[in-house]
Amino acid sequence: MQALIQIEKLNLFYGAFHALKNVSLEIPQRAITAFIGPSGCGKSTLLRTLNRMNDMIQGTRIEGKIEIGGTDIYSGDVHVETLRKKVGMVFQQPNPFPKSIYDNVAYGPRLHGIRGKKQLDEIVENSLKAAALWDEVKDHLKRSALSLSGGQQQRLCIARALAVEPDILLMDEATSALDPISTLKIEELAQELKDKYTIVMVTHNMHQAARVSHQTVFFLNGEVVEYSDTEKLFSDPSDQRTEDYISGRFG
Amino acid sequence: MLDLNASAQAAAPAELGQSIRGGSGPAFDRKARLRWSNSIFRVACIASAVFVCLVLLCILFLMFRTGVLTFQNVSFREFFFSADWDPENDRYGALIFIFGTVALTLLTLVISVPFSVVIAVFLAEVTPSWLRNILRPVLDLLVGIPSVVYGFLGLTVLIPLLRDLTGNELADGLLAAAIVLTIMVLPTISRISDDAISAVPKKYRDASYALGSNRFQTIVRVVLPAARSGILYAVILGMARAIGETMAVVMVIGNTAQMPSSLFTPTAVLTSNIVMQISSVEFDSTWNYALYLMGFLLLVISLLMIVAVRFLQKRGARES
Repeated sequence: MQALIQIEKLNLFYGAFHALKNVSLEIPQRAITAFIGPSGCGKSTLLRTLNRMNDMIQGTRIEGKIEIGGTDIYSGDVHVETLRKKVGMVFQQPNPFPKSIYDNVAYGPRLHGIRGKKQLDEIVENSLKAAALWDEVKDHLKRSALSLSGGQQQRLCIARALAVEPDILLMDEATSALDPISTLKIEELAQELKDKYTIVMVTHNMHQAARVSHQTVFFLNGEVVEYSDTEKLFSDPSDQRTEDYISGRFG
Repeated sequence: MLDLNASAQAAAPAELGQSIRGGSGPAFDRKARLRWSNSIFRVACIASAVFVCLVLLCILFLMFRTGVLTFQNVSFREFFFSADWDPENDRYGALIFIFGTVALTLLTLVISVPFSVVIAVFLAEVTPSWLRNILRPVLDLLVGIPSVVYGFLGLTVLIPLLRDLTGNELADGLLAAAIVLTIMVLPTISRISDDAISAVPKKYRDASYALGSNRFQTIVRVVLPAARSGILYAVILGMARAIGETMAVVMVIGNTAQMPSSLFTPTAVLTSNIVMQISSVEFDSTWNYALYLMGFLLLVISLLMIVAVRFLQKRGARES
């Protein structure tokens, strides 16, 4: 599999705190990569550097290089809004806007200049179908998104992210606030989406990483301890700390 | 492990049951005291609630009782639809003042709302935190400045300025009053809107940025709509303040009972007319009654405002 994202010697500081230390990593295209590790290990921080959401946190400083398709996304001529359009994100807490289901999905396309009613209808329908939510909501698209259940809200957020046609989808512990059945649905969805999208997910649930991902990266204290094919990492880890973590000795 | 003797253990549940049943035994005193203090407190609460309602009703009744006597000598139509206010010659058309109040309030809102919302957005979204920590207390202090001080400001700074700018001999009128009122209500509206905007959860902003919107788009398309009911609440509070304001308006509006032909024509509103004339009229005259009726009108208008505020708050709560 071809690498789509290449991270080289990345260091990130929040003020004086050294949050990511010398991270180098390759993330393959059209596959699911999982970041695992105990709380505070830097996995979410790394995820948020990929669409530059960390830019908004004051005092963040970055050294090193992140290339997506050969372009350094931290170089001066990168248009951050376009980058974020191409690198979609789903958050830990479902965060639909307090608008209708339709307006939530249409938000991104409208933002990027699509006005036609017919075209918007089509995008909304396709995105909701891709997020496996269409059948549940097609009869009340005008209803407030906040009336949906937590799992439905999260799938709506996925639909909203898909509506701007990203190439990469970042999922930041997207199932940790959900019940097991909703979690299963999102995992199945991720499996379907990987044929078209490159998915990077942060999870605190090792079993989830083992179930759905192709490649797993283990973080500890801001460092990448080990990354390899998921099967190998869980069955035959090469680092003692990885083995301790996946066998439940800490974390 | 448990070192207590068995009989004490066995007795405990029965005692507990007994004390819950109450009516007699050692628990009685406390229960009776509780019952008493509960009922006394309840009576006190209900009494104060009733008292507040009574005060309001009394005020309404007082204003209405005297105001309604106007209609002994003046027709309903004349009072509300005639612009001829000449009490010395028994002509009591209050249209000028009603129009003046409505026009002044609307004009104030037209000027103050856009400014306030921009200030609120600036405060909540753009300002670095050190500046915000200065500006917020300053605005809060501005809310507390007595209106007569704002009147002085209008009288000594604004009106000469308007005279120079427009070339009018007199600059007193609706525009001068609206600008003074705008300065007065600006801190109120912008601080409450600021709170409403700051209360919009960060997760909405994150979602918007993550979809590729810039800061302006996020504010206009996500933050302001989400803060809508709070901003409306601020606007209505400011509006209620503008409607009832007397001193600052008296000082800059010109106090002439004439229909304004421009924004710079001296005119009068309900409040300014009441306060200018009430001290010089006979007690049992139609003139006096008419001023009471104007006060009653003001009261009704501001009560309607408060009802609107409640309504909006409820709707806002249901949406979020």
